[in-house]
Amino acid sequence: MNPEITELDKKIMKRLQDSIPSSLRPYKEIADDAGVGEDEVIRRINLYKEKKWIRRFGATLRHQKAGFKFNGMGVWKVPNPDDRQRLGEEMAAFHEVSHCYERPSYEDWPYNLFTMIHGESQRECEEVARRISEKTGLKEYTMLYSSREFKKSSMKYFP
Amino acid sequence: MELDNTDRSILNVIQTGFPVDPHPYAVIGQQVGLTEEEAFNRVMNMKNGGVIRRIGASYDSRGLHFSSTLCSMKVPPEKMDAAVKAINKYYEVTHNYERNHAYNLWFTLIAESKERIQQILDEISAETGINGIRNMPAVKKFKIKVDFKFKEKQENEDEE
Repeated sequence: MNPEITELDKKIMKRLQDSIPSSLRPYKEIADDAGVGEDEVIRRINLYKEKKWIRRFGATLRHQKAGFKFNGMGVWKVPNPDDRQRLGEEMAAFHEVSHCYERPSYEDWPYNLFTMIHGESQRECEEVARRISEKTGLKEYTMLYSSREFKKSSMKYFP
Repeated sequence: MELDNTDRSILNVIQTGFPVDPHPYAVIGQQVGLTEEEAFNRVMNMKNGGVIRRIGASYDSRGLHFSSTLCSMKVPPEKMDAAVKAINKYYEVTHNYERNHAYNLWFTLIAESKERIQQILDEISAETGINGIRNMPAVKKFKIKVDFKFKEKQENEDEE
């Protein structure tokens, strides 16, 4: 945890984590509960945004389930560390790829680039992987699919 | 719930950024041509009607200096239920999936330090009797997509 975050900050940030109070003066309510002035709460929230502790402050909608139905984790073996930056960027350029990370590899796990690939079906995901393979020249890869979802939740940074 | 154009204007405003002001609903009202009361009532209706899931902050794990990682482990079928239970009880575990590989259980962890992550992994090993959990924190992030077209949650897009 960032050492700049004080106990008062934690109190305030915990209140912003779920939903702000349903009140005409939500910041006054938070301030009253925390035992500080409303202006102090407002000053701090602006500070959190400035320091990029808060990525976005606003309404989250319940989205209609639009978009891709299927996803797979494509993992790629890139033996030469010098190639990873360039190939990682090439993979990231595919709009079907939502995440592209480099991670450590091991003896029984040779893959070091990870891509989350999205499509309408497993077949479409395989097709995207094939195109990535063609574009990057990487032949050693595999696709992992989830057979069961055991947990999917939002992180509570301030429990 | 039916939305009119004014509702949609309000959503545009408060999705981008909810005003940080002593009278946030007066600020919203000013932008869409409503009184403070009217803006407040419309937002509350959309919240109660299920259009708005929440109004609040999305934190940046890096800004807060939290550590995150992706872990995998080899779980024999007869131990799967117990392993899932041992893993899911941590609020720091945000995703947990079974996947088609010898490493058949994959979960993401976000915690306030690397030490806390190691502690959790040690506890999971001890409780399940399964050693060799792979801890694979990102070395480099080339893309973290924030896009509603992907059916994932809007929140925590930066989770491993």
